[in-house]
Amino acid sequence: MSEAEGEVIRFDNVGLRYGTEKEVLSDLSFTLYPGSFYFLTGASGAGKTSLLKLLYLAQRPSRGKIQMFGTDVITLPRENLPRLRRRLGVVFQDFRLVPHLSAFDNVALPLRVAGVPEQDIAQPVADMLDWVGLSHRSEARPATLSGGEQQRVAIARAVIARPDLLVADEPTGNVDPDMALKLLRLFEALNRLGTTVVVATHDVHLLRKVEDSLIMRLDRGRLSDPTGALRYPPRRMQVAE
Amino acid sequence: MKRPPVLSRAAGRGLARFAGARAAALVPQARLGGPMPWVIAIMIALTAIAAAFGLALDNLADNARAEISGGLTVQLVEPLPDERNRQAEVAVAILSNHEGVAQVRRVPDAELEALIEPWLGDVGELEDAIPVPALVDVRLRGPVTDRRIAQLRQALARQVPAARIDGQAVWLEPVFAAITSLQWLAMGLVVLLALTSAAAVWLAARSALGSNRDTIEIVHLLGGTDGQIARIFQRSIGFDALFGGAIGLALGTAAILVLGRQFAALGSGMVAGGGLALADWLLLAAIPLIGVALAMLTARLTVLAELRRML
Repeated sequence: MSEAEGEVIRFDNVGLRYGTEKEVLSDLSFTLYPGSFYFLTGASGAGKTSLLKLLYLAQRPSRGKIQMFGTDVITLPRENLPRLRRRLGVVFQDFRLVPHLSAFDNVALPLRVAGVPEQDIAQPVADMLDWVGLSHRSEARPATLSGGEQQRVAIARAVIARPDLLVADEPTGNVDPDMALKLLRLFEALNRLGTTVVVATHDVHLLRKVEDSLIMRLDRGRLSDPTGALRYPPRRMQVAE
Repeated sequence: MKRPPVLSRAAGRGLARFAGARAAALVPQARLGGPMPWVIAIMIALTAIAAAFGLALDNLADNARAEISGGLTVQLVEPLPDERNRQAEVAVAILSNHEGVAQVRRVPDAELEALIEPWLGDVGELEDAIPVPALVDVRLRGPVTDRRIAQLRQALARQVPAARIDGQAVWLEPVFAAITSLQWLAMGLVVLLALTSAAAVWLAARSALGSNRDTIEIVHLLGGTDGQIARIFQRSIGFDALFGGAIGLALGTAAILVLGRQFAALGSGMVAGGGLALADWLLLAAIPLIGVALAMLTARLTVLAELRRML
């Protein structure tokens, strides 16, 4: 097995700038390993959302090299990106649910996009809505759901296809502490099934809630490694699933 | 915490088609409530009328050409009636035996008088004052050429010195030129209307893309391919074009039938030759289908061009 095959993502000297502005991300070099749980922290404007955009392939960096699941995404032709994106789950800070689709159809969307037959969709989506406690709201449109309910639909949509990498941008930002903890437990459960999880958050209290989680701290576009786990990852993470 | 329900990973990673009504539901469908089907209906109706006009002119020109093809007129301009009659009989005899002549007919005096009566009144009373030339209609096998006219002229020259020969097509050449110009005009209108329809679809597709940009971005980030997203818009605009095309064809056909009846009522032989044949009606019926194909192609290319701006 090559080194890259045991990694989810590897960044080498990655920088990102928008237009001719100064870099919002500079000299990022790190590796994310399968089955690990990362918190991405940093002050507002530190570049968390920009880094997440690179992780969920909404953006290409201005410089440096990114490998995802062993594939160089910098040189990867655009038409091959969907195949990689289908291995990702994304929870957006603003949920980004499709407004005229029901909760059920929003959660089913990744499966339909992936071409899963309709008869194989109903049960997993119903189970997923039940898992996030929204089976009674499956036909509700996003506009009629509370912030917390929308958040849970967004999470259900992100995890329904069992992604290899789950990226969540402030997933607990719109819910009360109890719900935040509950959502975190959902991510932990998924992580235990082998999904690598990256959660961007301001909430320092959350960091202590997940056992064995690693912390990535962004400060003005540069990454610090307060626990040393990025530079010296635990040996178990360097072994493929 | 209970175990999360998840699909096997392999099931979610195909690149199968995301199509049909489920995919179309991602973009709100206005259908007849929106302007697009009606814009397309007007375009298709105008295109059908312009195409019918061009086809009718084509038929009219073909019929007229077939009627006068190989036709010649020999005029005998001779003031003395007896000599005129003699030369006419000689001309008929010479032409009847000439190689390549299919038919010869002397136009009866009564027919000639009827032709000029609307302008000159009763010619019989003016016979001495205004000598009317004798006319001989000749139909050749094959087309009339300058060379063949020259041969006939030579054959008649010695015994029928009063003969003047004209190809009938020459008289109608300006009419044919005008018909050809009108046909080009009709074709130009059809092309312009097709371009206008494509431009309308382009604007509609861009507008739909703009108002559904968030949804498209989500599908894009969930792993939707450009082709999948383009198909959603193609399908939507295809349905709009189909509704609009059906309405437009019905409107256009009604207009063509009404105009056709009015022209037929003129009773002119030439205009009557401009009716539409079955093949013409089939071509007109194909216009909405061509419109649907054009609209879907335009929508696809527009959406793909916009999507290429995203990563």
